Amino acid sequence: MHNEATRSFSTSASFQMNPPAVITAENLTKSYGELIAVDGISFEVPAGESFGLLGPNGAGKSTTMKMIGGVSQRTSGKLSIMGLDPETHGPEVRAHLGVVPQQDNLDEELKVRENLIVYGRYFGLPLSYLRPKADELLEFAQLTDKAKSRVDALSGGMKRRLTIARSLINEPKILLLDEPTTGLDPQARHILWDRLFRLKEQGVTLILTTHYMDEAEQLCDRLIVVDKGRIMAEGSPASLIREYSTREVLELRFGSERNATIGVELAGIGERVETLPDRVLIYADDGESALEQVSARRLRPLTSLVRRSSLEDVFLRLTGRSLVD
Amino acid sequence: MIRRRLTDAQLPTADLPSRAHAPAVSASRAKRWGSFFYAEQVLRVMRGYGWSVFLYSVGQPVAYLFAMGIGLASLVNANSAAVFGGVSYLTFIAPALLVSSAVMTASGDFSYPIMDGFKWRRVFYGPHASPLVPQQIAAGHIMASTLKFLVQSVVYFAIVAMFGASPSPWGWVSAIVATVAGLSFGLPLMAYASTITKDSGQFALVQRFIVVPLFLFSGTFFPLDSLPLGVRWIGWISPVWHGTQLGRVFTYGLEENPLLTLTHVLFLVGAAAAGWMLTRRQFVRRMGA
Repeated sequence: MHNEATRSFSTSASFQMNPPAVITAENLTKSYGELIAVDGISFEVPAGESFGLLGPNGAGKSTTMKMIGGVSQRTSGKLSIMGLDPETHGPEVRAHLGVVPQQDNLDEELKVRENLIVYGRYFGLPLSYLRPKADELLEFAQLTDKAKSRVDALSGGMKRRLTIARSLINEPKILLLDEPTTGLDPQARHILWDRLFRLKEQGVTLILTTHYMDEAEQLCDRLIVVDKGRIMAEGSPASLIREYSTREVLELRFGSERNATIGVELAGIGERVETLPDRVLIYADDGESALEQVSARRLRPLTSLVRRSSLEDVFLRLTGRSLVD
Repeated sequence: MIRRRLTDAQLPTADLPSRAHAPAVSASRAKRWGSFFYAEQVLRVMRGYGWSVFLYSVGQPVAYLFAMGIGLASLVNANSAAVFGGVSYLTFIAPALLVSSAVMTASGDFSYPIMDGFKWRRVFYGPHASPLVPQQIAAGHIMASTLKFLVQSVVYFAIVAMFGASPSPWGWVSAIVATVAGLSFGLPLMAYASTITKDSGQFALVQRFIVVPLFLFSGTFFPLDSLPLGVRWIGWISPVWHGTQLGRVFTYGLEENPLLTLTHVLFLVGAAAAGWMLTRRQFVRRMGA
C-alpha cells in the first residue's frame, strides 16, 4: 500500500518534471523533385535535452536541421519550434535559435570580435549589451587574444569556436549544430566538446548532427539514427547499443584475401559474425572468451582486438553499412 | 506603447545589462529594422576598404577630368563649342563621367559580392539563420551600396564644381542622378547575379560587352546624335545616357524636350525598381527553398 502510494507519487512527480517539448516534428517530409531527402520522420525534443541525428552523408540530417532552423520549407508534415511553425513564423522561430552551420560563414573581412557584434545586431541587440557579451563569448571560446585578428587568420578549430560563440550572441535556449567538429583535429574536437558540455550544463537544448560515433556517444542524451531520410532507431546511446549490439566486439584481421572466406569457419562463435572487407567482427558479450574459441579452432588472425560495442556497430547492424566510407 | 509593455514584461532583469532581450523582441525589431541591420554589416566591411574606395571615388575622377576635360578639351574647345551646346568640353563631360563612375562602381558592387554571398564565402547564409529574411539581406546590401554611390558622387561633384564645370545652382542634383543611375544599372545586374550558381566568367563578359560599350556609346564624350542611327539605340537603352543627359540638365541647363527629361527619370527609376523587384524575388527563391 505504502509502496503503491510512493510509486504513484513518483510517477506523477516525474510527469510534472518532464519538461515540455521545444521541438516537435510529425511526419516531416522534404522532397526536391523526385528526390526525397527527408521521408516522414517524427520526433520530439524536450527542453534541456541534447539530441542527436546520426547518419551517413546524404541521410537527410542537414535538410532536417534547415527545416528546424526555419530556412528551408518542408514539403509536408508538421513542425513546431517553441510552439511556433517556422514556415509562418520564420523570424520568431529563428530569434529563439543559435545556429552553427556545417560550413562556417563568418565575415572573413571583419575582425573576430566585430563578427559577434554584427551578428548580434541582426537580433536588434543594443551595443551596450553586445560589447560586454562579445568579450564574454570570446573568453568562452578561448579567443580573447584573437579579438582584433581578422577571421581569415584563424585556424579551422578557432573559426569553428568563433561560429559557436556567434551562435550564442542572442543567448538562445536552443542551439542547432550541424556537424560541429567535422574536419577538425582531435585536440580541437575535444576543446569543442568541452564547450558544448558547458552549454548543456547551463540548460541549453542541443540539437546536433554528426557522423562521428564518439561525438554522438559523448554529447547526446538521446539520438535518432537516420538513413535515407528515415529513422532507423531511436534511444540513448547506451540503450541503442544494448538493443542492437552485444556488450563487446572482437575484431579480427586475417588479411584482405582471407577475411571474406573465413566467416564460415567462425560461425557459431559469439552471437553474430559480420564480415567487412578489411576485418571480421564477432559480436559477443565476452570478447576474450570468443577469442579463445577462435584459437581453439586453430584459426590464426593477424591481429585481434576486443573492444566495447559502439554506435558504429548499431549503425552497421541497422543498415548493413558502415557510417564513414 | 505595446512595444514598451513587451520590453518591460520580458526584461525582468533590467538592472543586469548583460541579458539579451526576449526572442519576441528580437523578431519584432528584425522585422522592422532588419534591412538596416544588414546594411550596417555591409558598411562595416566597406570600412575595411576605406582607402581604396576613397581613391576610386576621388582619384579616378580627378584623373579623368584632367585627361579629358583639360587635355583633350584644349583640342576640342577650339573646334566645336557649338556641338557641345555652347559649354566648355569639361562642362559637357563632367556629368557623364560622374554618372559613368557610379555605374562602374555599381557593376562591381552588384556582381562579385552577390556571388560571394551565395556561393564563395556564403556570407548571406549567416544572417539568413538570424531573424532576418532574404529580402532584407538584399535590401541591406542595396542600401549600403546606395549610400556608397551617394558619398562617392557628392565627392566627385564637389571636385567638378571646383573645376568650375557645374555652372547651374542645381548642379548638386546630378550627384543624386548619378546614384540612381548606378542603381538602374546595378539592380538588374544584381538580379542576374543572384541567379548564377556557377561562375564561368559571366561578370567579366558583362564588364567587357555591356559596361564598356555603355560607357563609350552613351553620349559620354560626344553627343549621341553624332553617332549613326545604327548604334544610337545603345544610348537609348543605356542608364548611362539617361543619367548623363539628366545630369547635364542640372549641371549646365541642357535644353531638351521636357518629355525627354521625364523619360530619363522614368527610365532610371523604372529600371532600378524592376531590378530591385526581381532581385528580391530571386533572393527569396534561392534562400527560402
